[in-house]
Amino acid sequence: MQPNVVTLDGVVQDSWTLLDMPGEGDTLSLPDSQVIVPLKWFLEHRHEVLNADPEGRRIGVWFDSDDEPERLGNDCQILPLIAVNFPKFTDGRGYSIARLLRERFGFTGELRAIGDVLLDQLHYMKRCGFSSFALRADKDINKAPAALSAFSDAHQAAVDQTAPLFRRRA
Amino acid sequence: MYQYDNHDLSIQQERVNQYREQTQRWINGELEEAEFLPLRLQNGLYVQRLAPMLRIAIPYGLLSSTQMRRLARISRDYDKGYGHFTTRQNLQLNWPAVEDSPDILQELLDVEMHANQTSGNCIRNTTTDEFAGVDPNEVADPRPYCEIIRQWSTFHPEFAYLPRKFKIAVNASPTTDRAAVQVHDIGIELNHDENGAFGFRIYVGGGLGRTPVVGPMIREFLPEEDLLTYLEAVLRVYNRYGRRDNKFKARIKILVKALSPEVFAAKVEDEWQHIRDTATKLTQAEIERVKGYFTEPDYQTLENNPPALVSAREDKAFARWLDRNVKPHKKPGYAAVTLTVKETGMPPGDVTDRQMDRIADLADEFSFGELRVTHQQNAVLADVRQDQLYDLWQAAKPLGFATANLGLLTDVICCPGGDYCALANAKSIPVAESIQRRFDDLDYLHDLGDIDLNISGCMNACGHHHVGHIGILGVDKKGQEFYQISLGGSSQRDAVIGKILGPSFARDQVDDIIGKILDVYLSKRTEEEQFVDTYRRIGIEPFKEQVYAA
Ligand code: SF4
Repeated sequence: MQPNVVTLDGVVQDSWTLLDMPGEGDTLSLPDSQVIVPLKWFLEHRHEVLNADPEGRRIGVWFDSDDEPERLGNDCQILPLIAVNFPKFTDGRGYSIARLLRERFGFTGELRAIGDVLLDQLHYMKRCGFSSFALRADKDINKAPAALSAFSDAHQAAVDQTAPLFRRRA
Repeated sequence: MYQYDNHDLSIQQERVNQYREQTQRWINGELEEAEFLPLRLQNGLYVQRLAPMLRIAIPYGLLSSTQMRRLARISRDYDKGYGHFTTRQNLQLNWPAVEDSPDILQELLDVEMHANQTSGNCIRNTTTDEFAGVDPNEVADPRPYCEIIRQWSTFHPEFAYLPRKFKIAVNASPTTDRAAVQVHDIGIELNHDENGAFGFRIYVGGGLGRTPVVGPMIREFLPEEDLLTYLEAVLRVYNRYGRRDNKFKARIKILVKALSPEVFAAKVEDEWQHIRDTATKLTQAEIERVKGYFTEPDYQTLENNPPALVSAREDKAFARWLDRNVKPHKKPGYAAVTLTVKETGMPPGDVTDRQMDRIADLADEFSFGELRVTHQQNAVLADVRQDQLYDLWQAAKPLGFATANLGLLTDVICCPGGDYCALANAKSIPVAESIQRRFDDLDYLHDLGDIDLNISGCMNACGHHHVGHIGILGVDKKGQEFYQISLGGSSQRDAVIGKILGPSFARDQVDDIIGKILDVYLSKRTEEEQFVDTYRRIGIEPFKEQVYAA
């Protein structure tokens, strides 16, 4: 059974499978189910992917924290899902990656945090544009909705609130 | 000063609630130590040699007397009855219990204070000139811009897990730089362009620590409304490209150096072009709103040099204090007074709860109920009537706040060092104390003139030793505490890193060495030279010769 993921609407069963970069000499073959492939593989096999999934429904891409959103640019818009890996929760590059995908390159699909995803960073992730969260298995997923709504307002503009507080103060 | 509205209050309250719940999960064992660490750091709590410490933010150094009394009460109720003013306009408590920290944060919030982001790899408390708003020379009052930066950086979702800590300082004086902006991650200077438009000059990548660097300028002029978008661009470039593989190479200064300031500036410019016209661009309405909190107090129409002051000057000790510790003010008839909180025998920056209460009383009586703390670890009453200076002096003297040693050798900047700090190589407080005892003759000190003596217990440089005219750094030599001395540093507009004199000294030699350095200065100086001028003219050699002479 697939594990659960947290979305902005609550906890749901996951339907995506994460695929790693194939090892030296191996090939990665695309199954019929929903999969998330590494950015590097996607860039090398773009045509294969577009042939296998012409409507952009079942093949997503994942970024590691040192992958640059510029590599994909506006092409991200054709993808149904992008995942961003947090190798350690203290590696904050994923927050910038998320904002760039959303704000600069117009990605509107599901943006998922994967890797070392804990409860106490969910709010910031949401603000930067993440819409789903593959919480680390040892964390209590039932506490995620509360963590996501720890704050009802914020000072800065970000993805979830595009006007900074100073433009909204009554 | 700035006052929270409902939005500020609810955001801060939610933060305290969040932290309380996180602390509870840590107590229950649901949060691992390493997972709790950045959370508590970003709420001000870090653990040191003896116990946890709580670093409370004093945004850009400004406090009301009510807030000061609350700090006194917190030091009394949750600590051993004193606190430590740091070189970054924070107050540190040395012995709070982790379990109490949410309650302390709640007590702070009651008086619109916090400990947000005073530790950890995030944007720290923004600092500025202690004479902001009253300095007759300033380009404009920097405090509204500091407050705008404070709000923007508070819980910024993208920049809470930077490669390393990040410090911003703002200077508004065209002639001096009491905020030492060129040794900060970002230094901001208020200025005008050639057409008279108001804005900022931006420095990036300065810093002390083990690789001291004077930050290069990356933008000569940034229009006022672009402040936040530009900061966001700098932070984004740093967050994406700053090194994360080596803690000692993770500060922005290393990135700026690796790329070169020109390339770094170009990257920022490129990023900024994408975001400069987003909603984060400041509005004049917002700038005016925040400025509205930093209006002038109820000044009277007064004359400079009132008769009461002229006659009081006959008291020589008072006159000396006036010359050292009292600065001109932009309003006629007023003055800015520095209360020196550095009595010999007390670690520099340490203030007892009683002293805090008394400083608050003095602020109420003489300075519209407001005060500032300085990065030299003193307190400033910024709006004192000149005809009340003598009264203030008399009230402050018995409390030990009126030593006329501001800027003199004994006005030492000193980190907590080996007595308190787990990272220390050596103690720093006893070194300061011993120098203060040895050189306690005020006539001699006044004759020596301006000397910044800065002491750090290790190369993290919390005591800013690199930029002291005389810097003392604690080093470890085969398990023994030794001290390395450097000369000629400065954090002013001509910021430079001091030069190391030579091999280090044992603690009991330090006073003598300082004495020899001063002798060289006294014998070589010309009439109008201060210590640092003589040093710059004659160089380090004569000092070396004297100190290391067989
Ligand atoms: S300079 Fe070193 S010893 Fe002093 S407070 Fe900083 S880390 Fe501690």
